[in-house]
Amino acid sequence: MNGMISMAYLFSAVMFILSLGGLSSHETARRGNIYGMVGMAVAIIATIAGIVSGAYWMVAIAMAVGAVIGIFLARRVAMTQMPQMVALLHSFVGLAAVLIGWGGFLDPRLNLTGAEHIVHNTEIFLGIFIGAITLTGSLVAFGKLQGIVSGKPLMLPARHWLNLAAILACLFLGWLFIPADLGAGTVLNLLIMTAIALLLGIHLIAAIGGADMPVVISMLNSYSGWAAAATGFMLSNDLLIVVGALVGSSGAILSYIMCRGMNRSFISVILGGFGSDGGEVGDGEVDGEVVETSFDEVADDLDAADSIIIVPGFGMAVAHAQQAVSDLTEKLRQKGKTVRFGIHPVAGRLPGHMNVLLAEANVPYDIVLEMDEINGDFPDTDLVLVIGANDTVNPDAVEKPGSPIAGMPVLECWKAGKVVILKRSMASGYAGVANPLFYKENARMLFGDAKDSLQTVLGKLSS
Amino acid sequence: MIIAIPKESAPGEARVAATPESVRRMQDLGFSVVIEKGAGAAASFADEAYREAGAEIREDAAACLKDAGLVFKVQAPTDEEIELIPSGATLVAFLKPAQSEELLEKLAAKNINALAVESVPRISRAQKMDALSSMANIAGYRAVIEAAHNFGRFFTGQITAAGKIPPAKVLVIGAGVAGLSAIGTAKSMGAMVRAFDTRAEVREQVESMGADFLTVEIEEEGSGQGGYAKEMSQAFIDAEMALFREQAKEVDIVITTALIPGKPAPKLWLADMVDSMPEGSVVVDLAAEMGGNCDYTEKDEKVVKSGVTIIGYTNLPSRAATQSSKLYSTNLTHLLAELAPEKDGEINIDFEDEVIRGATVVREGEITWPPPAPKVSVQPKPAPEKSAEAAPKPEAKAPKKTSPLSILAFWAIAGALLLWLGRVAPADFVSHFTVFVLAIFVGWQVIWNVTHALHTPLMSVTNAISGIVVVGALLQVGATGSGLVTLLAFVAVLVASINIFGGFFVTYRMLKMFRR
Repeated sequence: MNGMISMAYLFSAVMFILSLGGLSSHETARRGNIYGMVGMAVAIIATIAGIVSGAYWMVAIAMAVGAVIGIFLARRVAMTQMPQMVALLHSFVGLAAVLIGWGGFLDPRLNLTGAEHIVHNTEIFLGIFIGAITLTGSLVAFGKLQGIVSGKPLMLPARHWLNLAAILACLFLGWLFIPADLGAGTVLNLLIMTAIALLLGIHLIAAIGGADMPVVISMLNSYSGWAAAATGFMLSNDLLIVVGALVGSSGAILSYIMCRGMNRSFISVILGGFGSDGGEVGDGEVDGEVVETSFDEVADDLDAADSIIIVPGFGMAVAHAQQAVSDLTEKLRQKGKTVRFGIHPVAGRLPGHMNVLLAEANVPYDIVLEMDEINGDFPDTDLVLVIGANDTVNPDAVEKPGSPIAGMPVLECWKAGKVVILKRSMASGYAGVANPLFYKENARMLFGDAKDSLQTVLGKLSS
Repeated sequence: MIIAIPKESAPGEARVAATPESVRRMQDLGFSVVIEKGAGAAASFADEAYREAGAEIREDAAACLKDAGLVFKVQAPTDEEIELIPSGATLVAFLKPAQSEELLEKLAAKNINALAVESVPRISRAQKMDALSSMANIAGYRAVIEAAHNFGRFFTGQITAAGKIPPAKVLVIGAGVAGLSAIGTAKSMGAMVRAFDTRAEVREQVESMGADFLTVEIEEEGSGQGGYAKEMSQAFIDAEMALFREQAKEVDIVITTALIPGKPAPKLWLADMVDSMPEGSVVVDLAAEMGGNCDYTEKDEKVVKSGVTIIGYTNLPSRAATQSSKLYSTNLTHLLAELAPEKDGEINIDFEDEVIRGATVVREGEITWPPPAPKVSVQPKPAPEKSAEAAPKPEAKAPKKTSPLSILAFWAIAGALLLWLGRVAPADFVSHFTVFVLAIFVGWQVIWNVTHALHTPLMSVTNAISGIVVVGALLQVGATGSGLVTLLAFVAVLVASINIFGGFFVTYRMLKMFRR
């Protein structure tokens, strides 16, 4: 029986790997998702059929309720709110890891001694620690993205020391806890550690600014994987270990890609407080004039242009303008113009966020290009429409070494013939630095809600 | 007052100072119009059309001019024509006041008031009277037509069954009105157009016409008074020449339009540049009148030097006489409206009016040229700092080099740790750990292949599969005999299920949207 379960688990693990592998291209992605579902179903059925004895009705109720909630959330969520959804799901993994860790600790069946006891306790301890940080950290990230919590970094005095103290306290508690046998003191130690880890999760993520959210989300993704892996060690379950390792490394890679997209080191993102640590901070003084344009002018510009690149940013998501962008694209393409999209790796609040939004609005994915693919084409482009992007098109990143965003790769849209920037106001982006792009000679501002503006422009385009 | 339109006497001049349409406008302003027989013939305006418009046709110049109060001409009058113009009359024509002091003296001696249309100041109000711009526009257009006529190839690139045709490369020097017009014409014929001008502020105009703007790496502002170009320093000229020599090897057609007011045209397209141009190339020199921008230019001639045709026609507007006459006569009627604000058929040469003051070169026997400097000139804003001076790009971080020694140390430590772990840890743990490490490497390899566009679905699908912790919770539900553990596990199954179902479903939703 055990052998069969192990083989079922092996099958699931292979399915999960294929599932992630399927995402390497759009064509195989949907099949990948189905592999994932099959793997999950096999794992759950094997577990229930092979190991669980009794309490089936509890399992059924719990899974049914979870399924209803999960599908309800997944159906209802708007694509613009994907970052929040992902953050919330991370917190569930964290919560599950904490609960299972406690369950494993309180499990009266276990009677381990010696090295096995120490290893087991270490696994419990680590699982709960990582799970708790993931839980509260994801909830704070969710709050920030949903706008419940301010997107500004929380700057407590001596915050680095607070974090260090929390980690040292946990290490100390772990030193007490791991060799000890079950008893009142041990329970208390584990409780205190859980509380500290929960607080640490809140504090860690609260100190990170909204602009770094793509990194935070991927980092929490990684944590949720490690939490699952730790749980797997605790329960001696290879499937959990494999999945945890897969998810953990996936999140780590995504964090790395995001950090590279912003030219920031992972450490500096984790330590939080973007734009506040030294350096010549942009004081907002930019010479030149901002030239406002009108709907008619933008429509004329679009009519005159042959090649157009659209650079969307988080503003497009906020304004729910993706459908208007898609309609405009369709119309322009019908008129025989080359329309492409330039996506910055950290555009939006989630890796790949813009792609999902554009896909939702039926923009063909083969005209949606990455920054590196399209950056060389700007000089040959007649018109660039910047829709709600700011820091990702800031020329200071290339031209001004003292700027807080210096060295961050940006979409060099100012090299095009003309740049029209759709924006609600002159406010600066998440990085809090002024954007000299708006003052460039070939730049025109179109103030207002991006969705309304685009619809008006679309109406004025000659048919 | 009678306005007389004599036939142009200069050889090769096909234009005329009035069209039937402008005759009507002049009558609206209260004037009567007399036209010499056949004056508009060369520009395809028949006498009959003038008569229908209300003008009187007279047999010859003498009859036409005898009772004129106002004379509209294109070219400056000859001595015989001056004789025919009555004293006290007013003459409006291209008079080239800077080069024709003698003419002005003769007009003054005969008490003929004279307005030189090229002296209309370049202010926005006077744009409708700016005949120079009208003519330059046509000259630019015509220059391209002449070039195309003498150029043995297509302008536009084509790929045909009979082979590939490369597009012609056109260089326009001087982006004034004529230059911009030439750029637009050449561009619309399908050529690749580039343009050069010493004035940085015209870059935008050049680029708006679809040409590439060439620049030299020297900071000097070439804008002079009144929007015209000024002479440049030696260093600038050297850089400019180097640029032109570079271009000469590539371009098929060069159109030069560089003029500096009141000075001979600068020599910009030197003999060696012409020599290095491909055989069959064409140079059109719009500055031929003022000596030419090209070394080989011969005024009013077409010459061929080392296989390159050099066109120095000065009468390009006249070669599009119908269009030129229309634009010129419209400019004149606008000027007339300025001269006769009461619309009563009488003119008033009012020196308070900046436009009239600027245009008037002789009044009541006195030479009034040159006029005082224009009060308003469109002074370009000082050019914003050039990107050439912009701070050097922050250098990309050099990839960290790792010495072989540190690699060795890393693996030595890692190996030692693994050995230690294997010694102290239980056998069970060691096997799990093996799986763990291998899974990390598999994940690492697999995830790097995920395309950027699918990172969001990647996150949601990893979310879903991390719901696998449900297996852990399932093992605890009801199996331990402890109520508390069962409760914890129950909640864990619930939230993990949210992840599984929510994660997979939302991934499904997203992936469904992606289409090619």
